[in-house]
Formats: sequence, C-alpha cells, structure tokens
Amino acid sequence: MINQDSSQNLLEKANSFRSNLPESVHDIYVENLFRKAAVITSNVLSKNKVRAIKDEKIDRILTSRLWGFPAMIGLFTLVIWLTIIGANYPSSMLATLLIDNTYPLLKEWTTIWPWWLSGLLIDGMYLATAWVISVMLPPMAIFFPMFTLLEDLGYLPRVAFNLDGLFKKAGAHGKQSLSMMMGFGCNAAGIISTRIIDSPRERLIAIITNNFSLCNGRWPTIIILSSLFVGALAPAWFAGFATALAVVGIALFGVFLTFVASWMLNKTVLKGETSTFSLELPPYRSPRILKTLYTSLIDRTIFVLWRAIIFALPAGAVIWLSSNILIGDVSIAVHAINYLDPIGWFIGLNGVILVAYIVAIPANEIVIPTILMLTVLSTNIAGVGSGAGIMFEPEDIGTINEVLNAGGWTLLTAISVMFFSLMHNPCSTTIYTIYKETKSLKWTALSSLLPIGFGVIFLLVLAFIWRLFT
Amino acid sequence: MSTDIKTESFKRKQLKKLGLKFDNWDYMVALAGNPNTGKSTVFNALTGLRQHTGNWPGKTVSRAEGAFDYKNNRFKLVDLPGTYSLLSTSEDEEIARNFILFGQPDVTVIVVDATRLERNLNLTLQILEITNKVVICLNLMDEAKRKGIEIDITALSEELGVPVIDTVARYEKGFDELLSSIHEVAAGNTNIETSPDIEIPKELKIPVNDLVKDMEELYPELPNKKWLAIRLLEGDKRIEEALCSGELLDLNKSFNQPHLNLDEELKLLNSTEANHD
Repeated sequence: MINQDSSQNLLEKANSFRSNLPESVHDIYVENLFRKAAVITSNVLSKNKVRAIKDEKIDRILTSRLWGFPAMIGLFTLVIWLTIIGANYPSSMLATLLIDNTYPLLKEWTTIWPWWLSGLLIDGMYLATAWVISVMLPPMAIFFPMFTLLEDLGYLPRVAFNLDGLFKKAGAHGKQSLSMMMGFGCNAAGIISTRIIDSPRERLIAIITNNFSLCNGRWPTIIILSSLFVGALAPAWFAGFATALAVVGIALFGVFLTFVASWMLNKTVLKGETSTFSLELPPYRSPRILKTLYTSLIDRTIFVLWRAIIFALPAGAVIWLSSNILIGDVSIAVHAINYLDPIGWFIGLNGVILVAYIVAIPANEIVIPTILMLTVLSTNIAGVGSGAGIMFEPEDIGTINEVLNAGGWTLLTAISVMFFSLMHNPCSTTIYTIYKETKSLKWTALSSLLPIGFGVIFLLVLAFIWRLFT
Repeated sequence: MSTDIKTESFKRKQLKKLGLKFDNWDYMVALAGNPNTGKSTVFNALTGLRQHTGNWPGKTVSRAEGAFDYKNNRFKLVDLPGTYSLLSTSEDEEIARNFILFGQPDVTVIVVDATRLERNLNLTLQILEITNKVVICLNLMDEAKRKGIEIDITALSEELGVPVIDTVARYEKGFDELLSSIHEVAAGNTNIETSPDIEIPKELKIPVNDLVKDMEELYPELPNKKWLAIRLLEGDKRIEEALCSGELLDLNKSFNQPHLNLDEELKLLNSTEANHD
C-alpha cells in the first residue's frame, strides 16, 4: 500500500539533493542522450553520394527573397483563376436542375397545401438551400482539391517560411503563418490549429487575427462580386485574370491586415517577448492525386456544403417569414432595410447588405443569396423572381447584375462588400470556437469586434474618398 | 517486390478497420513520433478514419482515437501529438509523456522519419527510458532511398532492443510486418532486450542511486526507477503528485483496470497548472 510518509520522505530527499546539484546537470543528461542518438545513427546509417537534391533547387526559388512572394502570388492567382473558370458551367447546370426544373415541380405538387406552408418550406427553405448548393458547390469542389494538393505537396510550410520574418517583426509567433494558412480554409479550424503555439500571448494574437484569412464561406462571395464588377471592367480576354487578381488582392490585403492587427495587439493589450522557433521545411512529396481528390471532396467539400445547407434551411425560413409578416403596411424585412439604409450609406453599403450580414452570421456562405433575395423584395423589380421572400433563380450571371443594378449598386458598393466580406465579425461557429479555446468572454468579444471595427473604419474612409472624386 | 501486391495483401489479410468503435479493446496502442513523420497516415490506414493529414509539422493538434481488429484481437489506437522530445517543455510534450507513462499503452509505436534518423532517435531514446514495450515504425523509407540514405534495420533493432519495421505509410508498405509486430509485443511474445543505457552525469550518480535504493526498499514493484529518480531530482510536479497519490504504484498492478484516457490526462494537466498559478 501507499505510504504517505515514505513517499513524502522520498520527495524531501530528492528536493535536498536537487538544491545541491549544479544547474547544468540536466543539460548534461540531455546531451548524453543526444550523443547516444548520434552514436546509434552513425552505427546504422550510411549515406550514398547522390546528385544534388531537387528539393533544394526548388526551395532556392520558392523561398528566395526575390522570387518567394511573386511565386506565391502567382500560384494562388492560378488556383483562383482555375476555380473561376471551372466553376461557371457546373454552377449554371446545378441552377437549371435545382431551380428551373425542380422548384416549379415542387410548387405544383404542393398547390393543395396552405399558401404559407408551401411558402415557408419551398419558397423559403428549399430555394435558399438550392441557391447555396448551386453557388457554393462548384467553386468548393475545384478550390479545395487544389488547395489540398498544395498542402500535400509541402507548399504551405514554404509560405509560412516566406512570411515568418514578417510575423516576427509584428511581434507575433512565426507559427502563426501556419494557423493563418489553415484559416484560408476555415477560421474555426485555423483557430484550433493555433494550439501549436505554446506562448499564450502569441496564441491569442493568432486567434484574434485569424478572421482576416478569407474562409471557404467568403471566397465565393468575393469571387462572384469580382467577376461581376471587376471582371466586367476588363476586356473579355483578360476578364478571368482580372477577376482572379482582384480576389487574390483582397486575400493579400487580409494577410496585410493580419500583420497590422498583430502588430497593434503586440503594442497594446498583448505586449511581450517574441519567442523564436525553427520552422522545418518538410520534403516535397508527390501528392497522391486520387486520394487527395477523394478526401478533399469528402472531408472538406461535403463537410462545408453540409454546414451551409444546415444554416441555409433556417435562414431561408427567416427570410421568408420576415418578408411576409407585415407591421403596418410593410414587412419586417423592409422595415429593417429602411432603418439600416442610412447607416449603410456611410460605409458604401446599403440596408439590404447589412440585413444580409445579420441573417448570415451563422454561415457566411448565404450572404449573396440573401442579398439578392432581399434586393428583389425591397425594389420590386418586375419580372425577376416571383414574389415576396422568394430566393429567385438568377438564370445567368447577367441577372444577378441586373438585380444589383436595380438595387442601386455601383462599383463602390461591390468593392465595399468585397472588403466588408474580409473585415466583419466571424461566423457563429468561429465565435464559439474562439470561446472554447480561450475560455474568456473578453477575448472572444475582442476577436469578434476587432475585424468589424477595422471594416467600418476602412469603408468609411473608402466611401468618403470615393465620393470626393466621383 | 511489387507495391501493388504488398498493399493488396495487407488489405486482404487479418486487418479489420473499426473506425471509432474502440470499446472492449484487448490492447491499447499509442502512436508517438516527431511532427510530420506520417503518424496520422499510419493512424488513418489502420483505423480507416480520416484524421486530417498534410505535409507540414504540427497539424495534429487534438487527440485522435480509433480502433482496428487484427487476428481477432481488438486494438485501440491513440494518436499522440507529434513532439521532438518528452522533456515537458510544452503542453504537447507533457500530454505525450503522461500518456505513455500513465496511460500504460500495451505497445507504443514510435513513427520515425528515416530521412532524419538522428533527431528522431532523440525522442525514441526518451520514450525507451519510460517503456520498452515499443515497436519502431521506420517510415518514409522511399524518401530516404531517394536521398541515398541506407539504414541497417537489424543493427538498429539491436541497438534499441526493440523491433524495427521499415515502412512507407503513404502506400501502406510494410504494414503486414508492422501489425504482426504490434501484436507480438502487445501479447508479450517478444523478448524485450535491454534498452540502450543513457549515461548519467557524474553529479547525478550518487543521488540517483540513493533514490533508487530507497524506492527498491519502499516500493519494489515500481517500474523504471532510474527514470523516476531523475524526474524527481528534476522537480517534475506531475511525477511528484503521482508518487504521493499512489498513482505510480497502481500502474504496475492494474492491468485490466480502465486505463487513463487523454481527456482525463488533459484535465489533470489543467488542474496541476491551475495549482501552480
């Protein structure tokens, strides 16, 4: 049996020994251990002369001072460009299938239902979901596998390597570059991955700034708006690349904001020493293409899509209800839009956009569908969509354009929404994850409010200057 | 030797991937190793789960547990965070260390990167100080070959005193041998030879011998006394607590009792941290 006294005696003995031991004794022990490892290695390992390793040659370019950044920007532009080019056709096919064909069928079958029931279920919930699938699925199914291939290949640590110095200058941990890269997939995942940072101060900086990494839910919003407004300004042959460059520009601006915010936090509420670490560049591995396609489709695409659908269902119901329940002569939605319109004007947005962002707090994926639906509703465009609260089908990208123009959108509005997508509160899943990881309401609140603070200030200035010159 | 045939035979043979069904297991296996050595790939291949894998160090941040069935024995597999050492300088290292010690896995599989043998052996030697129920999974052999590195597997196994299996986890090469080795060690069928001895600094020799002698008198059943003595001299809070509470003594007795899981270990870790604050 355990004897309290004897174990206590043992401890005391150990403690008294310890006080007499030189400080270095621990290091000597560890050194002996390392020496043993070196001896064993030299006993069992032999190295052939081998031609200069390809990896090192590639790394000399991809992580060079001169070519590292251009290579990185070029690679990401290519990935986004392929996504934009590739997603167009399947998107319209899905829209035809789910909305042109299935939606009228569903309406037909449910004509005997009370109007409010078929309205709520089909005009609200079904259409919202169908919209999310046709807009979200194709870009995700192309973007995720490509991103996963880059990850499998070993490119992400090279990006981290390129950015490491900048993070250190901002007073943050170099490993933050890795959690930032994860954030480009999903901020909640990015925040969980900050666990690789040991120092609580630097980890908090990484958590608070993670929202400046564009996530899955926001890439499509920015891609769509960029192709509508930025791509349209460029000559046709260049439109795809102009769109991609604008999207990459927004993403890079997010990286820039990550540095700015990290630096500010480091100078104010999270002062302290920057820890050093050595980032190891893993070898390039030829990716297993089929396996990557499979896992990125199952684990990422379907997972994110499923999440979007789960949030689109209730959001569709909320939109339908709010545009069909009247207070006085107008619906709740129109009341809210009118109320927020003047506030929106100051930051280059409008009431519809602000309402859409409130509805989309659970999932950023549904921002664009909600904006379109609410625009139709509040402007009563004839011939587009078919009534209050119905998320109509934009037959082609031209229809979206038409709707947005009718909603009073200008180039300023589009650009402001693109920036607002980058700088607003995190989605509710991310907020919850921040709370779980920090166990602190204070830091959760700061993480949620800081990005939106940045956004409001940036957009105020942007709108002011824009209007000064136009 | 063709890859296809080996992969096929591995799939056809006595392995059943059980995913998350890890109740009623016969043996518990811990998966340890440096970051980015392919631990999660091994984990996925054996359990059929899809723990996120990616080519960068440190991406497994949360625990992962899964199960597989081999020759009608149920194995529970615990993927530990990847660490470079067990010196408890970070939370990851402490979790891994405590799990290997207090979780009492029947086998600890150390995934070793063949292209960075020396650094990986640092961790291996530290684990061997705690337990010798170990199987070394010498992974990334294809990359080692590409880099012109040759490793004498038999000699390495003799140096370490435990089985060493060469694998290419991404293509499930060498998994038949790995599984059978895990099974052998778990069932206690392998002769575990003496582990490599790390030289104790001369200033430590007298205190360590003294403490070991005391332990032999007081608690003869205590496992790896030398290592414990060094930990105590180091002032390791978690070990001191385990000694006082009797947890250390129970380790050897409780073979069929529920093992400590990572969640509990985390809780304990948090509470000891809170105590220190």
